[in-house]
Amino acid sequence: MTVLQLVNNWFKNFAYETQNLFFFSLRLVGAFFSRRWYVTETMEQMYLIGVGSLYLVVLTGIFAGQGFAFAFSVELADFGAKNYLGRIMSIAIIRELGPVLTGLMFAARVAAGITAEIGAMKSAHQIDAMVAFGIDPIKKIAVPRTIALVIMLPMLTIICDAIALLGAWVIAVFVAHVTSTMYWSAVRDRLIFGNLFIGLMKPVVFSFVIAFIACYKGFASKGGTKGVGQATTQSVVMASITILIVNFFITRVVFSWIKGYL
Amino acid sequence: MIELRHVHFAYDTQPVLRDVSFLVDDSEAVVIMGPSGSGKSTILRLILGLDCPREGEILVDHKDVGRLGRGPLREIRKKIGMVFQDGALFDSLTVGENVGYYLIEHTKLKWDEIERRARAMLGFVGLEADEVIDKLPDQLSGGMRRRVAIGRALLSTEPQIMLYDEPTTGLDPYATHNIINLINKLHRERSISSIVVTHQIADAFAVAKRFIVIYRGEVAFDGSLEELRECRDERVEDFLAPFRASMKGVFERKFVDGAAPE
Ligand SMILES: Nc1ncnc2c1ncn2[C@@H]1O[C@H](COP(=O)(O)OP(=O)(O)OP(=O)(O)O)[C@@H](O)[C@H]1O
Ligand SMILES: [Mg+2]
Repeated sequence: MTVLQLVNNWFKNFAYETQNLFFFSLRLVGAFFSRRWYVTETMEQMYLIGVGSLYLVVLTGIFAGQGFAFAFSVELADFGAKNYLGRIMSIAIIRELGPVLTGLMFAARVAAGITAEIGAMKSAHQIDAMVAFGIDPIKKIAVPRTIALVIMLPMLTIICDAIALLGAWVIAVFVAHVTSTMYWSAVRDRLIFGNLFIGLMKPVVFSFVIAFIACYKGFASKGGTKGVGQATTQSVVMASITILIVNFFITRVVFSWIKGYL
Repeated sequence: MIELRHVHFAYDTQPVLRDVSFLVDDSEAVVIMGPSGSGKSTILRLILGLDCPREGEILVDHKDVGRLGRGPLREIRKKIGMVFQDGALFDSLTVGENVGYYLIEHTKLKWDEIERRARAMLGFVGLEADEVIDKLPDQLSGGMRRRVAIGRALLSTEPQIMLYDEPTTGLDPYATHNIINLINKLHRERSISSIVVTHQIADAFAVAKRFIVIYRGEVAFDGSLEELRECRDERVEDFLAPFRASMKGVFERKFVDGAAPE
């Protein structure tokens, strides 16, 4: 096989996958507007996805916040601008770090879980059995997980933001010797509509990205345990990369829309 | 009533069924036999509308399942009970929840009532309800799982059609005997049409009077035991050869006794 053919095949595959993912997402969104709501499933998923990810998000927030604060405080000290640490951390964490890191953590933990679970159900014919019972597996399985994600990811992003700012505060006060009041007032300075809007809009979009990709990969998996393994890997990779790409475009586009508020 | 008219089916490029036609009347029991990989399970999947035929029609109660919309198809499926080849029990639900699945999903009955009926059904399929009802499917033996699967298929709003995919494969003679009795009992008491897929010749003769042999995706034989014995079709001979020698006794005796129910 020549390189050209390989590239060609890869491209065709990519187009095919994207198209399928698109149609799947349409169906998933369509299933939101149905009469049947699986409330218990949704609550259960909110618990599993949200509460279950809490420790991960807290750890991520603390260490990422401290790491960045440390790096910046050294740079800023050179300019004698240590008092601006709070401002920089506020912008960096709320607009970029919090949403992206939480999104990536969810892509790893939640997307993998969803894809593996649906894939395993599929390979054991449980999805077929569900269909045979007259149940729409998209409504029963995909919709509750999507709703749970859309609610929990923004909430955990806020928690991650808060913890990261706290982590940065530790560095600011004990390493960079910025006063506590100085740090928090600088942070508050940048807690403005534009930043908060971007910072909250991102997790909402990311949650749909994760839900669509994870559910799609699960339902499309085939070939037994090995197939489920591959689907899970692909799901995590695809969700993570998509989050990073989408993040860039949101920052880029929304930034220009709401410049006036920044 | 189930009718297949000139059905062709293929997975991707691999043809699986070629010009399959047969009719199963109301309250008729039919056995489908054939070597492994000949397309028996595929026929059942098509009847349930889990896959669509490439050509031809599949009529269930005079409706073409290949062309029905999602809503009407769901209604048809509610009339059909399916026992999957591997059971396809929901492994995250308890035995009780599995057996009561239809009622949980499609009725507003309280759990107490559903549990009562699930217990009765477990008794009906010959399991100790108290012992198994709170267990997970993984904690049961293969034969017990098979019976739970049958119970789950039965506990709906009175299925009019039952499809069994190899209900006795891999079971000990005692469990096999129980399951065959169960299938016959159901058939007698509720006068539903049933299709039993099996390659256990002895079991086949015990549950039906009409036999269909599928060979490499084609109907090689369709008729009574008498006709089967006389049949000189190469493909049927090929399939029956091992049994003619080793199971002569059963073959002859069952023929004389007419063990299958009316
Ligand atoms: N999901 C699938 N993808 C591709 N090919 C498949 C799939 N399922 C079944 N097949 C093929 O279709 C053919 C018929 O399969 P089917 O499961 O209907 O056989 P069967 O008669 O039920 O066999 P067995 O007695 O072993 O259960 C086989 O050749 C199999 O390789
Ligand atoms: Mg089979």
